[in-house]
Parts: sequence; structure tokens; C-alpha cells
Amino acid sequence: MPEDVLMSADDVRRAIVRIAHEIVEQNRGCQDLILVGMRTRGVPLAQRLSDAIRDFEGEEVPVGALDIGLYRDDLPARGTRIEIKPSDLPEDIAGKRVVLVDDVLYTGRSIRAALDALIDYGRPQRIQLAVLVDRGHRELPLRADFVGKNIPTSRGDEVLVQLEETDGIDQVLVSERRD
Amino acid sequence: MAKHRTATPPLTAKRSRAAAQTAPPAQVSAKEPARGDGWRRRHLLDLDDFSAAELELVMESTDAMKEVLAREVPRVPTLRGTTIVTLFYEASTRTRASFELAGKVLGADVINVSASGSSIEKGESLIDSVRTIQAIGADLLVLRHGASGAPYLAAREANMRIVNAGDGWHAHPTQALLDAYTIRSRLGDIRGLKIVIVGDISHSRVARSNLWALTTLGAEVVVCGPPTLLPAGLDGGGDANESDLPPVRVEHDLDRAIEGADVVMALRLQQERQQSGLLPSLREYSRLYQVNGERMARAKPSAIVLHPGPMNEGVEISAEVAGGTRSLIEEQVANGVAVRMAVLFLLLQGGKAK
Amino acid sequence: MPKLLIRNGRILDPGRDVDLVGDVLIADGRVAAVGPNLTADGAETIDASGLVVCPGFVDLHCHLRDPGFEYKETIATGTQAAARGGFTTVCCMPNTQPVIDTRATVEYVLRVAAAEAAVRVLPIGAVSQGRDGHQLAELAELAEAGCVAFSDDGAPVADGALLRRALEYARISGLTVIDHCEDPDISARGVMHEGWVSTRLGLRGQPASAEETFVARDIALAAQLDAPVHIAHVSTREAIALIRTAKERGLPVTAEVTPHHLTMTHETVAFSTNGDAASASSAEPRTETLRYDTSAKVNPPLRTPADVAACVEALRTGVIDAIATDHAPHADYEKACEFDVAAFGISGLETAFGLCMTLVQAGGLDLPTLIERLTAGPVRALGLERSVPQLGSLAEGAPGDVVVLDPEAEWTVEPERFASKGKSTPLAGRTLRGRVVATVVGGSVV
Repeated sequence: MPEDVLMSADDVRRAIVRIAHEIVEQNRGCQDLILVGMRTRGVPLAQRLSDAIRDFEGEEVPVGALDIGLYRDDLPARGTRIEIKPSDLPEDIAGKRVVLVDDVLYTGRSIRAALDALIDYGRPQRIQLAVLVDRGHRELPLRADFVGKNIPTSRGDEVLVQLEETDGIDQVLVSERRD
Repeated sequence: MAKHRTATPPLTAKRSRAAAQTAPPAQVSAKEPARGDGWRRRHLLDLDDFSAAELELVMESTDAMKEVLAREVPRVPTLRGTTIVTLFYEASTRTRASFELAGKVLGADVINVSASGSSIEKGESLIDSVRTIQAIGADLLVLRHGASGAPYLAAREANMRIVNAGDGWHAHPTQALLDAYTIRSRLGDIRGLKIVIVGDISHSRVARSNLWALTTLGAEVVVCGPPTLLPAGLDGGGDANESDLPPVRVEHDLDRAIEGADVVMALRLQQERQQSGLLPSLREYSRLYQVNGERMARAKPSAIVLHPGPMNEGVEISAEVAGGTRSLIEEQVANGVAVRMAVLFLLLQGGKAK
Repeated sequence: MPKLLIRNGRILDPGRDVDLVGDVLIADGRVAAVGPNLTADGAETIDASGLVVCPGFVDLHCHLRDPGFEYKETIATGTQAAARGGFTTVCCMPNTQPVIDTRATVEYVLRVAAAEAAVRVLPIGAVSQGRDGHQLAELAELAEAGCVAFSDDGAPVADGALLRRALEYARISGLTVIDHCEDPDISARGVMHEGWVSTRLGLRGQPASAEETFVARDIALAAQLDAPVHIAHVSTREAIALIRTAKERGLPVTAEVTPHHLTMTHETVAFSTNGDAASASSAEPRTETLRYDTSAKVNPPLRTPADVAACVEALRTGVIDAIATDHAPHADYEKACEFDVAAFGISGLETAFGLCMTLVQAGGLDLPTLIERLTAGPVRALGLERSVPQLGSLAEGAPGDVVVLDPEAEWTVEPERFASKGKSTPLAGRTLRGRVVATVVGGSVV
């Protein structure tokens, strides 16, 4: 399976720093801001965004982890690995400005599930979406507020985000699926 | 592939739960290789053929369910549109309520069918009842039955998922899962723990399922009770192969068995065991086999006490121990709902049964 | 009556040490001649080249269920099953409704058998009235009416004093008492053998000692009274040791074993070991879903591999006299239920020979010995030649009951095609080598 590196470690780092700035700018600071990473790779991304914001803003933005396994409408076929973990939100999200963080935005179904999950925890003032990669092919009327990189793909392609924390390396790969 | 299940980095966890504290390594069983990551089971009948990886998967999923239960409004839409039927041929308020709540928290419709007040009383056979329940559109049947093997019969005859909620003396897999989960959440990795199960092993489905689960997870399991209440073959010998029965040690002296134990599980003693001549008297039983404070002093200082309930305080367990700080008996009940949620979720994850 | 010439087969008549290739001529319903190159004008001929020809099998122990349980089996269907299995004589147990404990019931069985049975039926009378274990049945009249032995089978004669009286009283007729040996207190309603499999399955077990204590009791009574006792369906190693000792001492004790106790272990209840005792003992972990196979629920229960081996060895050496099927047919619904409430019993007549041939194929038994235990052995055990002269042999003048066997033919057990109404067998779908080609009763192929 041929694989192309679409983002290097440096690309990933720059994208995160840029998104961090955009988040603070758009929200006019860090007041009431919470970063909620979607498991699995959204969580380290959210943590990195928080770290980046602390570096230039000097403020600690709380980070949470959201597992959407219980909210999916596209449960995998039997026999595939299914993992659900506890969600872990740092505080009451009611009235807060929540930035959902995920690695790849594709059909939008995971985001839909995440919105359902989030709302079960309370009524945020606002929910925004940050993703490292937007690969198109939306099936729901959703868009990201912050995007690291737009990557045009065909449906058969596979986009793989790898991160130091989960995979030992920072990079984004695209491979063509043969079928 | 880098798909190892490393724990996510610790978060600013205000709501930290015991559940999330431990992250046991994935593969633990020396007994059986993990058979892939996937969950392929249609039914939960017993734990005798579970790999350590599968048990871990259930317990990890239980962590997530505990989080749901801790919410202000513990309800998720996961199993919306799914119908779960509980069919209990034996009364059990606790287990049935636990399954019912588990299903409802996950958004399923739960229908309770009692053996009394239905056609079952008129002599309808188990197979007929199971088929009827399937015909009304149930996706999953939770079955409690006095005859060992009844859920296996149901699983052969039906297309829906079957969960064994206790069959005769044979198995009670969700109870064993919640016991293992409770131990794990308090003591961490189960491997290497010394776990003593005390009492009437012969007639205990809880004990049987626990023996499988705990030995598969690598615990050193000692069963202790009077010889009249220990089933044939458990202490080895005979014509069984090594893997035919769980590898446990049999001990008749509780003081010796409990020495250095991490976990002591007392089993319910049915009064009828005395009536059927298996015991001289309850007095002698409790003198020899009651889990009490004096005996618990021989266990590790960190040792915990479990009991599947309902308890006969003063018989198999002293009131002092049952209500004491080592007792996790209430936590067992609380974990029961979460474990059953995990089981329902895993069995129904592929959508509706076809 | 036309003549029947069975040509060119391997003739095995182990009771008379006959093992030769030749012909069997049956005329007027009796064996007329055995030897090479027989001719008979106008005789119907069966070519038995490459096949085995032997006396029709005699089953000491089957349940025809008639009268009373015709939904399970009738004398007609049960004897058709017998014929398919190569049995030309069956002794039927008295646990019917009403119990075979009066002349009238015996006469009913014989009358229906005369009209409808495919093979010879020899009734066994009850030991106690209603088989309730209290009051002796009228054993002398039962014998006069045609019973060939007495038994309360299905249940033991639990009361030792009653058994003692039965053994004494049976002397009037010279018949043998057959006992189902099971101490009901020790077996305690167990539904399978007590051992690791019952532990694994959480089923109530009955220990081997339940059988052994009653075998010992029966032997002691036989010794004291010098009265013949026949131990039904022996299944444990220790019971066999007791019987061996009794026989060595010359006591009037005989015994039978079933095909299933010769070939299957208690593991059959839990695992698809394919009914094969040999393959059951591999060291591979058994990960298969437990079966709770009610078709393997039988009493006495299937035992351990050591018990099975002891049964085979005892059969080979003659400690056990006979193979008896304990054919116990039931309606489907009596087996399609929870193991605890399922009926005990295997539909065994039609698979007996093929199943026993696995012993020959495994080298545990030679074919002539197997045939002996199905023919002369059972006749000798109960003295059936007093009721039917020369039964179980191919002597000149013996009943024209012959079976033609193909020891090499493979066939698959398909219970839905059984003649018996009882379709329950742990052998369903199993391929056996050795089948019955033709069964001849009184000179006619049935």
C-alpha cells in the first residue's frame, strides 16, 4: 500500500501552534475556554493546544477527554476491536466555550456523536471544532472552525494521523486503499 | 502496529474515579493466548472459554460505564431501538434490577418476564418461551434458570443474544465479572493476587464462574470449604486434563487458606445444605468456615472481602467483617450495573441481532 | 415355507466355535445346514460374499414401551428397529404402563408381538408389583405366561430384603433376576456421572459407588442363596472387579454391558468428542461451547475413560457375558429440554453393531468375540435356550434367525431415518464402519 507523508512532524507542530493562536484570537482570550479531545488522538492534540496556549498566553486552559463509543450511529461490525473508555471532562461545561478537538474530520458522524455526548454533560455557551486534518466528504452539515490542513482525498483513501503520544511519531499519512 | 492499549496521559482529572486509576497490561494469561482483539461473542454463557484479553476488554468497557453512571443524568442513547427481555425462572431482585437498569441507562427497552404469571406456569417449555420472546422482537435475552445449561439450550434454539444471569449450579458470569472488576478497581492487576473463595463451592455458580475468570487473569485461587461442599475433581486427579477445570488449590482449613490472602470471598450458605446432610450443623460450619475478624487478621493488611449476596450474617460471614472497612460488598452491587452495561454493549455492538 | 440359502459368507457361530467360509441353508424356519457348497432347489438366495453371516443378535435389555408409552415406541416400531440392528430376539423390560407384572400384561405383549413384531420378543416380568419395590409380583405365574427373567429395571430393587425374597422365589421357575444396580441414596438423583465433567457443568452427579455397592450386595445375596443374578448395564471398573471375583469363585453371577458404556465417556455430555473414548483424552484445551447433550443422558451414566477401558476388557475376557442395548426410546420433547429434566436413555438398537465395531477396529476386541457377546453370550447368561432351544446358534434345527453383516461398510447415523420412534442418540451424524446387511427371522428376511 503506497503511503504519502502529507504532514511532517514540523508541519504538525506549526499547525498546532497556529490553531492555538486562532482559538485564543477568535475567543478573545481564554476566559471560560475548555479543550475537549476526542479519543484517541484528539486527546493529545487538545493537550498540545493547551500547552501552546500556555506558552504564549500564560494561561492554563483545562483539557478533557471525550469518548464517543456510546453515541456512535455507525457501530463497527462484529469482531473488530471496539474500545470504550471513560470520558473525563475537567469541570462542569455548562456556560463554557468548548473547543472539540479531533485528528481527522471526514463524514462528520463522529462529531455528531461528540456533540450528543457533550450535551449530555451540560449546556455549553458555545461549541467549536478544531481538527488537524479536514479530508472532505461530509455526510452531515458540519464544518470545522479551526483546521490544520485541508487534504483533498477520494473516498477510498485512508488518512492516518500519527502522534508521538500514541504512535511514537508525528506525521500524517495518506494511502490509497486498493479496493 | 502501534495499537497497544496504553493509557491516555493523566488528565486534569477532577472527577477521577477508582476505575481509571489502574491500567493493567493487556496480555496476562499464561493459560491461553489472547485470540485477537475482536469481540466475536454473540452470547455470554460462562467465562470458561474467555481469554484474559477478553476479560480485560469487558473491564475496560466497564470503566466507561462507571463514568456514565456517575453523571447527573445517567443515560446514553447507545442501545436505542434495542429490546432486551429478562426471563427469570428464579427470583432475584438484585440481579434482575441490575440488568434492567443497565439496559435502560444504555437506552434499550427492557421487558421483564417472570416465570410466575406467564404461560411458563402453565408448563410451556423453555424452548417455547424463548421462541416466543424472540418472536416479539427481542434482541437479547437475559436468562436466569434453575437448571444448569438452560442458557446453552436457549442459545442453540434462538437467534437473539443470550446472557446467562445464573444457571443452576453452573455459572453466573456477570457476577464473576463484577467481582473481578471490583478486585481490580481496588487492588489493581489481578495477576499474582491470592484469592480465597470460602464455602459451598459445589452448589455455587458464582464460585464456578469466578474460578475461571480469576485463574485466567492470573490469580492464585484457593478454594476452602468442607469436603462435602467441594465438587468432584477440583483438587486434581481423576481423568481430567489440565485445562478441563480451573487450576485451583483446595484447602479445608480456613485459617491456613486465608494466610496472606489479598481477597477473601465468602459464599452464601443455603440452609438446605444442612437439611440434606452435607453439614452437621450451622454452628459447626460457622465455627470452621465463617469469615470473621480474627481470621481476616491473617490476611494481608490490604485484603478485601467480597460476598455475592444475599448474606447470612453470622453464618458464612461475621457482621463485623460484612460491615467493616475491608468489605467491598456494596461496591460489588454498584459495579454490577456497570459490568452488565458493558456486557450488553459488547454483545449488541454490532447492531440488532440478525 | 420357502427355503433361504445364504451363500459364500464368512460364517461365525462363536458359541460353537464355527468360523468358516460357506453357506447357511434355512428351511421351515430353522437352520437346515451349514457348510460349503450347499444347494437347495427353489431356495431364495442371498449372496454373502465378503460378508459375515452369524446367528441373529439377542438383546437382553430393551424398552419397547408398549403398553402405555406408545408415543415413545411400540412393539412394532421397536422390533423393526431391532431388525435393522441385526437383533432377532429382544427381551423387553417391564417398565410399561401397566407394568408387566401380571399374566394379562405378559399375554398382551406376546399377542401383539405375534401379530406385529418383526423379531422374537421375550418379555421380562417385574420383580415387584407395579415395580414399586414392596410386594413381590407373582413370579411363578409370570414365568408360566412366558417371561424369561425378572427385573424392576429402570429402578433398582432398592430393598435388599425384597431382592433376597425374589431370588429365593424365582427358584420355582428357575429364572434369573436382573438388577439395575444403583443405590438411590448414594446416586441421589444425579443426572450424570459424578466427576470433573459434572463439576464443570454444574450438574448433579451420581458416583460410581452407587452402582458398585449394589453390585456387591447382589453378589452377596447370590452367593448366600446360590441363586442366579444378572447385573444389568455394568458401567464401572470397580463393579467389574466385583463381578470378576464372583465369577472366579463360581458364583451364579452374569453381567451385560451396553454399546455406549463400551465406547463413550462422560465427556460426551459436555463436548463433541464424537462419542469416541479414545479421542476424548487429548491434551488440547477444550474451548468448545458446552453442550449439555441430553442425548448422552443415560442411566447408568457414561463414565470415565478408565471405566470404559475396564468394560471393554471385561467383555473381551468374558467377565461380562453379553452386550445389551438398553434401547430406551423417548419422544423428542422429552430430550429437547433442560438437561436436569430430560429423560434418561439412548435409542440404541440400530447403532449397536456399528458402534461395537469401533472396538474391533481399535483392536480391543476381535470380531468372533464381539459376535459371541451378541449371540451365544446373552443366551447363556439368562438360560434363554430353555425358552427357545438352540437360540443364538446356527446349529442344525436352531431358529432360522440369521444376520448378514458387512464389517467394512461405512454409514452415517441419521436418527430421522431410524425405524424406532426414539431418535435420540449421541451418535447422530457420526459415521460408523460396520453395518447390518440383512436380518433373517425364522427364515424370512425382515
